[in-house]
Amino acid sequence: MQLVLEKRAERSRTIALVSPLIAIGLTLVTMSVLFAVLGKNPITALGVYFIAPLTDGYSLQEIAVKATPLVMIAIGLSLCYLANAWNIGAEGQFLIGAVAGSWIAVKTQGTEAGHWVLPAMLVAGAAAGALYALIPALCRVKFGASEILTSLMLVYVADLLLDYLVRGPWRDPAGFNFPTTAEFDPVATVPVLIEGGRLHLGSIIALVVVAAAFVLLDRTIKGFEIRVVGVAPRAARFGGFNANQLILLTFAVSGALAGLAGIIEVAGPIGHLQPGISPGYGFTAIIVAFLGRLNPVGILIAGLFLALTFIGGEQAQITMKIPLDVTKVFQGILLFYVLACDSLILYRFKLVSAAPQVQRAAR
Amino acid sequence: MMKRLLGAAAALVLAGSVAGVAHAADKLKVGFIYLGPIGDLGWTYQHELGRQALVKELGDKIETTYLENVPEGPDSERAIEQLVRAGNKLIFTTSFGYMDPTLKVAKKYPNVHFEHSTGYKRDKNMSTYSGRWYQGRYIQGQIAAKMSKVGVLGYIGSFPIPEVVSGINATMLGAQSVNPNIKVKIIWVNTWFDPGKEADAAKALLDQGADIIMQHTDSPAAMQVAAERGKLAFGQDSEMIKFGPKAQLTSILDTWGPYYIARVKAELDGTWKSEDTWGGLDSKMFEMAPYTNMPDDVKKMAEETQAAITSGKLHPFKCPVIGQDGKEVECKGGDHLADGQILGMNFYVKGVDDKLPGK
Amino acid sequence: MLLVEAIILSVLAASTPLLLAATGELVTERAGVLNLGVEGMMIVGAACGFAGAWMSGSIIIGALCGIVAGMLMSVIFAFMTLGLAVNQVATGLALTILGIGLSGLIGARFVGERITTAPKLAIRGLTDIPLVGRILFGEDAFVYLSLALIVAVWWFLYRTRAGLVLRACGDNHVSAHALGYPVLRIRLLAVLFGGGCAGLAGAYLPLAYTPFFIPGMTAGRGWIALALVVFASWRPGRLVIGAYLFGAVTILQLHAQGAGVGIPSQFMSALPYLATVIVLVLLSRARTGGSTAPAALGTVFVPDR
Repeated sequence: MQLVLEKRAERSRTIALVSPLIAIGLTLVTMSVLFAVLGKNPITALGVYFIAPLTDGYSLQEIAVKATPLVMIAIGLSLCYLANAWNIGAEGQFLIGAVAGSWIAVKTQGTEAGHWVLPAMLVAGAAAGALYALIPALCRVKFGASEILTSLMLVYVADLLLDYLVRGPWRDPAGFNFPTTAEFDPVATVPVLIEGGRLHLGSIIALVVVAAAFVLLDRTIKGFEIRVVGVAPRAARFGGFNANQLILLTFAVSGALAGLAGIIEVAGPIGHLQPGISPGYGFTAIIVAFLGRLNPVGILIAGLFLALTFIGGEQAQITMKIPLDVTKVFQGILLFYVLACDSLILYRFKLVSAAPQVQRAAR
Repeated sequence: MMKRLLGAAAALVLAGSVAGVAHAADKLKVGFIYLGPIGDLGWTYQHELGRQALVKELGDKIETTYLENVPEGPDSERAIEQLVRAGNKLIFTTSFGYMDPTLKVAKKYPNVHFEHSTGYKRDKNMSTYSGRWYQGRYIQGQIAAKMSKVGVLGYIGSFPIPEVVSGINATMLGAQSVNPNIKVKIIWVNTWFDPGKEADAAKALLDQGADIIMQHTDSPAAMQVAAERGKLAFGQDSEMIKFGPKAQLTSILDTWGPYYIARVKAELDGTWKSEDTWGGLDSKMFEMAPYTNMPDDVKKMAEETQAAITSGKLHPFKCPVIGQDGKEVECKGGDHLADGQILGMNFYVKGVDDKLPGK
Repeated sequence: MLLVEAIILSVLAASTPLLLAATGELVTERAGVLNLGVEGMMIVGAACGFAGAWMSGSIIIGALCGIVAGMLMSVIFAFMTLGLAVNQVATGLALTILGIGLSGLIGARFVGERITTAPKLAIRGLTDIPLVGRILFGEDAFVYLSLALIVAVWWFLYRTRAGLVLRACGDNHVSAHALGYPVLRIRLLAVLFGGGCAGLAGAYLPLAYTPFFIPGMTAGRGWIALALVVFASWRPGRLVIGAYLFGAVTILQLHAQGAGVGIPSQFMSALPYLATVIVLVLLSRARTGGSTAPAALGTVFVPDR
């Protein structure tokens, strides 16, 4: 007797709806045990993680701020992944976008430059991200080099370029040599939506991106092509779809979105360019994309949910003195459960008995 | 329906904040933002020791909270604001990268007081505090010059920021006061913390002929390499003698406790004002670890220098200071360089046979 | 000791954790599984390796603890990706997050403790040979173990039937399955081997490099190991060259600075990654018809019945 996976004939709708609930339930049980082991009251702790941040306007704003780059990047990545193109270098595209946009901010600093600065920065960020993403895409299309790995390698290059610029040429002359550019001028800053808050225009842009992705995938032929190329490459070829062109396209779009997220983050919440502008957004967004099942609405929910765990983790540290490492473990476990339960949408478990023997006989 | 829900939520928030105020009235809440994990030594650990000293002294009047491992990016602004919203009235942010986030939050909450470590931007409700570690480096330079057999010092730098550059210069000036021909080899590891890389740098310096290791990075890796090779070294931030019982000459120990206690007392008395504190040996902002592994005459010299600096008789950057280009540096502080010149130091003194990165 | 000799010794030590972790990942990838969680497995290996050595007083027990810890981490990965057919990229990244958190929790108790590092070998008559003795016989045992391991992996992959089957699983799991090979079981073993190697690589840091544990001490070496596997185009021989080149660039850059040669250090640090991309392109180009990567790398396999 043996337990094996079997592909379902079609996606199970019931499980698709129930699986996140099962995953959250399992996480709650596991974390309760962990909290109990650490000598904390599990119910209070879980309340601090999940409920408290949802009960006041400030935390909700912060969740939106944290989720904005994650959602924006993840939407782009989901297009790639649907088309079977594996961009895992969004972190690098994020950084390059931030660098390119900041270039305009740094060059116009203290000048009479008008309100064209911010739009130009956003365009530059998106363009640079797209171009940077096209490097691995071209390497794949032209030379067959694995885009998973080249895109990952280019993350480090981007990181070091940023590091070099802020420690050298772009360093704030009045900043005592510290590695940061000067604070951007008001015309180079993403405006906040609520006076005194941190919620900024970027969150609106992220929502527009989600809506656009939804329309693209659900209502357009291009979206259909992307899906077909990903699921059935052979059929796509017969249908006359150009898979290489789609790889380039999806990479460019996801690079542009990551670059846009990068410059929005720098020109918004941060306000200047410095090393360490991203606490791994490009990588976390990969997880967000999968948590959201590569679906625009799902990604929006997943991004908000992951942001919630970050905010909740800080509040748990403040109010209950729960160490940050517990939050990391918590996120890891949660991700595993969600990914595992999602697997049941596509597959089901089945008990088989004689199969192995048959196999051996076939050899 | 939606409106009613929102109303209920608002009521909840209100109830929560009222309860928060009532609670805060009992004890003063003091918050800390840490860059790294607390661990057992290094920069963050020293701040944690300061916090513990504070609790020991004023524990019945205050309640402290800290957030560790807060990255210096956009997350730090939120972390600081979270502390404000949790009712903390005095908040210490303990790394340079928190400067702008602290300033932003300070502008938003004029009734909360902030203290930012090692930065240079201040506001009505935001102080800065830091240590004149270059004083300790001067003493270390003298010791190093005495103890080095070959006259070559090895220096592991983190980033070429003024704090580190002024440390190198103070070391050289101290060393030159003993041995005018002293040489220094400098390696920048571009990290505050990567034990493996710090160890590699220490090995490289020793292999190139240096026989004393000085570091401006956070882990005891370099100390341990020196110990393994039977060479001498200076610790950083913390007592590192455990990692080199036969190697550590001394170490600059960050002691934030007295400052934290003084500032919290001021807050309790209602006398807190925005200030720029740059404390040296005299104000106990840092201490020198016991002088070990050196003959008595060297120890005596170190103690005398320490006393002279503490009393103000000796200034490590007393004029004339000669720059690398052989020209005298403008003397803006009377008989020594002005604080501003040290805080923004962006040149090597004569005798450093190297090029400052980014220059 | 000559400077060259000293530099080579430093390079050997700096390259060893990279080589160990990359060796494991190479086998894993050759079986068609992409485990991006190397950094997570390494840091847990470092914490458990140090914990084991500190409590037992034995470096060997510490190393074994590191290996077991890495393997346990990889079991999670295997369960998810092989058992439940979950996407490998997402799982690997989640594994890294989990590993960083776990290592902090496990290691918290041991931060600030210290142990005696693994001894350098001293074989009478051999280690004393001028010039080459220290290099060939005078580092700690892990250095030579890592070399022996990669030779063994080479022999296994190219000279044994089992190695052939493993490569077949990585190149075309459908055919391998059709031929009757237990694809999932082979991949499970490959993932476990990768986890064990990563755990040992992590443990090498506190056991032989710096005799203490500090959270985050792997400092990105797991990601470099991933890059090395690509750089080596999945060949054991090139992996050795790649690992030592990488170690050499790191160490030589430090020496260049100490000697007063000024090159922006970011440029030096970026070189290996750029080189990896270029090598990957050149190699892929040299072979018409696609990449040198295992064809099934990173794809999910569910046996069809």
